[in-house]
Amino acid sequence: MIPHFSYKEIWEQKAKHFFQDHTESNRGGGSKWWGFVPHSRWRIPGPRFSGLRSFRFRHVPSHLHGADMADGPVAQLLLQRLASCDGGLDSLELSSALGLEHQVVVGAVKSLQALGEVIEAELRSTQRWELTPEGQETAQDGSHEARVFHSLPPEGLVQSELMRLPSGKVGFSKAMSNKWIRIDKNAPGGPRVFRAVDNVEDLVQAKLQLVQDGEAERLSEKERNELKKRKLLSEVTLKTYWVSKGSAFSTSISKQEAELSPEMISSGSWRDVKFKAYNFSSKGVLPEGGHLHPLMKVRTQFRQIFLEMGFTEMPTDNFIESSFWNFDALFQPQQHPARDQHDTFFLKDPAEALDFPMDYVERVKRTHSRGGYGSQGYKYDWKLEEAQKNLLRTHTTAASARALYRLAQQKPFSPAKYFSIDRVFRNETLDATHLAEFHQIEGVVADYDLTLGHLMGILKEFFTKLGITHLRFKPAYNPYTEPSMEVFSYHQGLKKWVEVGNSGVFRPEMLLPMGLPEGVSVIAWGLSLERPTMIKYGINNIRELVGHKVNLQMVYDSPLCRLDT
Amino acid sequence: MPTVSVKRDLLFRALGRTYTDEEFDELCFEFGLELDEITSEKEIISKEQGDEKAEGASDVILYKIDVPANRYDLLCLEGLVRGLQVFKERIKAPRYKRIKPNNGQIQRLIITEETVQVRPYAVAAVLRNIKFSKARYDSFIELQEKLHQNICRKRALVAIGTHDLDTISGPFTYTARTPSDIKFKALNQTKEHTACELMDLYKTDNHLKHFLHIIENKPLYPVIYDSNGVVLSMPPIINGDHSKITLKTRNVFIECTGTDLTKAKIVLDVIVTMFSEYCEKQFTVEAAEVIYPNGKSYLYPELAYRKEMVKADLINKQIGISETPASLAKLLTRMYLKSEVIGDGNQIEIEIPPTRADIIHACDIVEDAAIAYGYNNIQMTIPKTYTIANQLPLNKLTELLRHDLAAAGFTETLTFALCSQEDIADKLGMDISATKAVHIANPKTAEFQVARTTLLPGLLKTIAANRKMPLPLKLFEISDIVLKDSSKDVGARNHRHLCAVYYNKNPGFEVIHGLLDRIMQLLDVPFGEDKGYVIKAAEGSAFFPGRCAEVFAKGQSVGKLGVLHPDVITKFELTMPCSALEINVEPFL
Repeated sequence: MIPHFSYKEIWEQKAKHFFQDHTESNRGGGSKWWGFVPHSRWRIPGPRFSGLRSFRFRHVPSHLHGADMADGPVAQLLLQRLASCDGGLDSLELSSALGLEHQVVVGAVKSLQALGEVIEAELRSTQRWELTPEGQETAQDGSHEARVFHSLPPEGLVQSELMRLPSGKVGFSKAMSNKWIRIDKNAPGGPRVFRAVDNVEDLVQAKLQLVQDGEAERLSEKERNELKKRKLLSEVTLKTYWVSKGSAFSTSISKQEAELSPEMISSGSWRDVKFKAYNFSSKGVLPEGGHLHPLMKVRTQFRQIFLEMGFTEMPTDNFIESSFWNFDALFQPQQHPARDQHDTFFLKDPAEALDFPMDYVERVKRTHSRGGYGSQGYKYDWKLEEAQKNLLRTHTTAASARALYRLAQQKPFSPAKYFSIDRVFRNETLDATHLAEFHQIEGVVADYDLTLGHLMGILKEFFTKLGITHLRFKPAYNPYTEPSMEVFSYHQGLKKWVEVGNSGVFRPEMLLPMGLPEGVSVIAWGLSLERPTMIKYGINNIRELVGHKVNLQMVYDSPLCRLDT
Repeated sequence: MPTVSVKRDLLFRALGRTYTDEEFDELCFEFGLELDEITSEKEIISKEQGDEKAEGASDVILYKIDVPANRYDLLCLEGLVRGLQVFKERIKAPRYKRIKPNNGQIQRLIITEETVQVRPYAVAAVLRNIKFSKARYDSFIELQEKLHQNICRKRALVAIGTHDLDTISGPFTYTARTPSDIKFKALNQTKEHTACELMDLYKTDNHLKHFLHIIENKPLYPVIYDSNGVVLSMPPIINGDHSKITLKTRNVFIECTGTDLTKAKIVLDVIVTMFSEYCEKQFTVEAAEVIYPNGKSYLYPELAYRKEMVKADLINKQIGISETPASLAKLLTRMYLKSEVIGDGNQIEIEIPPTRADIIHACDIVEDAAIAYGYNNIQMTIPKTYTIANQLPLNKLTELLRHDLAAAGFTETLTFALCSQEDIADKLGMDISATKAVHIANPKTAEFQVARTTLLPGLLKTIAANRKMPLPLKLFEISDIVLKDSSKDVGARNHRHLCAVYYNKNPGFEVIHGLLDRIMQLLDVPFGEDKGYVIKAAEGSAFFPGRCAEVFAKGQSVGKLGVLHPDVITKFELTMPCSALEINVEPFL
């Protein structure tokens, strides 16, 4: 029921802006299933998700973080200092006074903060100059250029030998530009380096020593930057806390228990214990379990809807179909463009179907080429060879044709309602919304005296179950249905009508050759499974949903499929 | 669905009123058309080639309208306007007439026997005293192009040639000759070429190169001459330059050649009905005589009007409405199907005009009545059809298993049924001939060479695409694979497989083995020989030697499990050990 042309066209022309406008439309809220936009966290998988998952294996309940250090010795010391001072304390100063790493003090501050109003802490950041490891070495042993100068004996040194010294390369060029040394390129035995002055003053070393003594401010900015460029100095940002007494300040923080234990329950000691507060703003540990694929979750819901409506599932377990059942049985002429190599995958092996109900084939042939059953037919030379060509079915309507043929063989006729959801294949150019295979959903009702009004009525019920209530029907053309209609629904977000399915009444030229009694009408409709799924789960690239390039995090995180909410 | 692009203002002038875009969209929807895009030449060029190229292009507003694939009569402005005006009851459908020429000199097209091998049918007609304008001329050319693309199946079934009749003289001969014997100045060429030269020349022509294959390998090429040996056309490739029509052309000779006579007749009818509007005697077409090799002669265009009789009850019953026969006749008349109530008052006689070749059955008439009534005015009702629903047992089992496999900690994947030969053979250490795979004849890429014979490659490719995910990865899929099977009518059948993989720093055979035990528990198959299940050491090219076992259940082999061979792991661009299980679930139904 999904014609070759409209499916692609719908996507290309509608879905593009559909998805672009998608987020926009949802800010307005209130839209139905296709207006549903998922939580952004599974649209943009990023490192924080793998981080989240890794919690699963660490088994540290994150809601307890932060409170477990508040009764530690450092926190106690901090509180005592704070009690005896006016105003407040600087965390860095405190750490040097206590002879502790700054981080330890910061940890204590944070743990006290977690208790509420005991202390107040204000984050401050200060810039500080520090010697790099190379800077420290220079402060101690002198600059490279000074070291080069001092290493030169009065008779000079061959340049190549000088270059082999640890400070050689850097020191040489610096000492040259300082004019501390000179080079005689014509000396016997190769270029030779000599002292050019008697004494040198190593200013670099002196400056670094100043910084080392905490007197960096005595250097000019230019001097500091020069040393920084030489990678001797670095500027570090230090984050410290200014800690002051809070409204609930107290120096005695009673020891808190983390969790209730079996011992506490049996002894009753839980009555006397103060428990640490939970941090309810953190996330819990996700349960470990498998997940169902979102497209398959949507499939399950569609099956459910059909079953609720009394439709029986048709067998569709043959991806390989003959052209006969895929096209000819549906009164689709042999020159139809859908039967082109460009649109359909034909098979090389097995290339042909060999077994047909020949009396039925004969009726199909006659109807195509000469008409009958009230039809003019297509008036062309129908060929069995063309019908024998095997292919990958282009629609599940091929399976519906088989089911209807089987129904026609049952005498007397009894009404039937059928459905199927399965893969179909098209030799199309692939893009963000097209794959060579997709799933087709199809519903079929066969009974005496079915009308177009019945088709519309059943479509209304079907789509209502999907949460789509605003329907409109447009005349359309399908080779095997007449009348045919496309189903449109008003999209709240886009403020326009969007096609949601295709439908029609199967042509008598298809039904009567099967042997169905005259007066029996068959109404049918179809849609793709991928499209509502992509809309429901906010997926823009079909490859992220179907196939091996799926984003597993998306599969893990996808919510339940509830089509009508 | 073909798209016709028309200039909005020309369209509105012809319709005798203007519409807002929304109003026109609404009208299209009601009539079964779709206003697909509102654009301009400038916009189209700028979208396709950039703003610079669009400089100076026309910014006249164009409506792109999607037309149902079987409505050839709506493929040009003239037809759209006529259809809509009749629909809105602003005009009556014109009646098309075939007439004899005033001087009694009927144009003749003689078909010779040689054409049988290559393109046996031809039809022809004359549009006499026509007046072209630039817009009409463009529309005339555009309609031929649309027909060529659609009903003519890219000229394979039918090709149209139109000629200035005053530059040629009949009788005309439609014959077929060796390519080297055909020499003429083709349309818009500066000198004469032989047919062979033309075919070479057009190999690089972006438009014509698509049609060359139709005759390329035939020993004889079709060609039409006038009585002086002037070439009118070499169908289905190109017309002669000599007889080309211009804005000044007053008399047009139209020939359609093809391999499908029915379609050739339809194409000719469509062209002449659309453009006879501009003839001095509006909607009249001068007949031409076509003489077949057997001496039989036919007058074309057929312009046949056919009468159909349909009961009003039937129309009402099939739509689900209760209109009077008179009102139904009126509805049909609006759809270009002139109808009247006759006989006992329940019969409606409908006249199918030559423009409506799509009406081949009463159901087509019913649809038109429904369109004119308005689909959205039809009362929706729920069919009384009472049925008890049944699930397909295989799908029911699959649904149940999927949920429990997820509950067992495995995540579902959904992989492609089509893949490369390499995926199912080379990468699994197998020869393709040992796979029983079905092969696709016309894949565009290697990804679609075969239908999968196993689910394992898809799962391994899924892992490869998700290597950044935290380990372990535990995946499963329950879906169909395809194997050749000569007992089936089409020579192949699907099998429902269950595949699961465990990917981690350790092979985890016990995990996959445990999953098998769990699956058997779920399927209520006890451990043990006979009616239960057992696994036995086996060999499998995809598995590490000594780490593979075959699963036997209910007395038959249902699949294998084991630790994958390092070669397989590497070929799927994976780096960790991996164990896998794949079984057929059909025996457990």
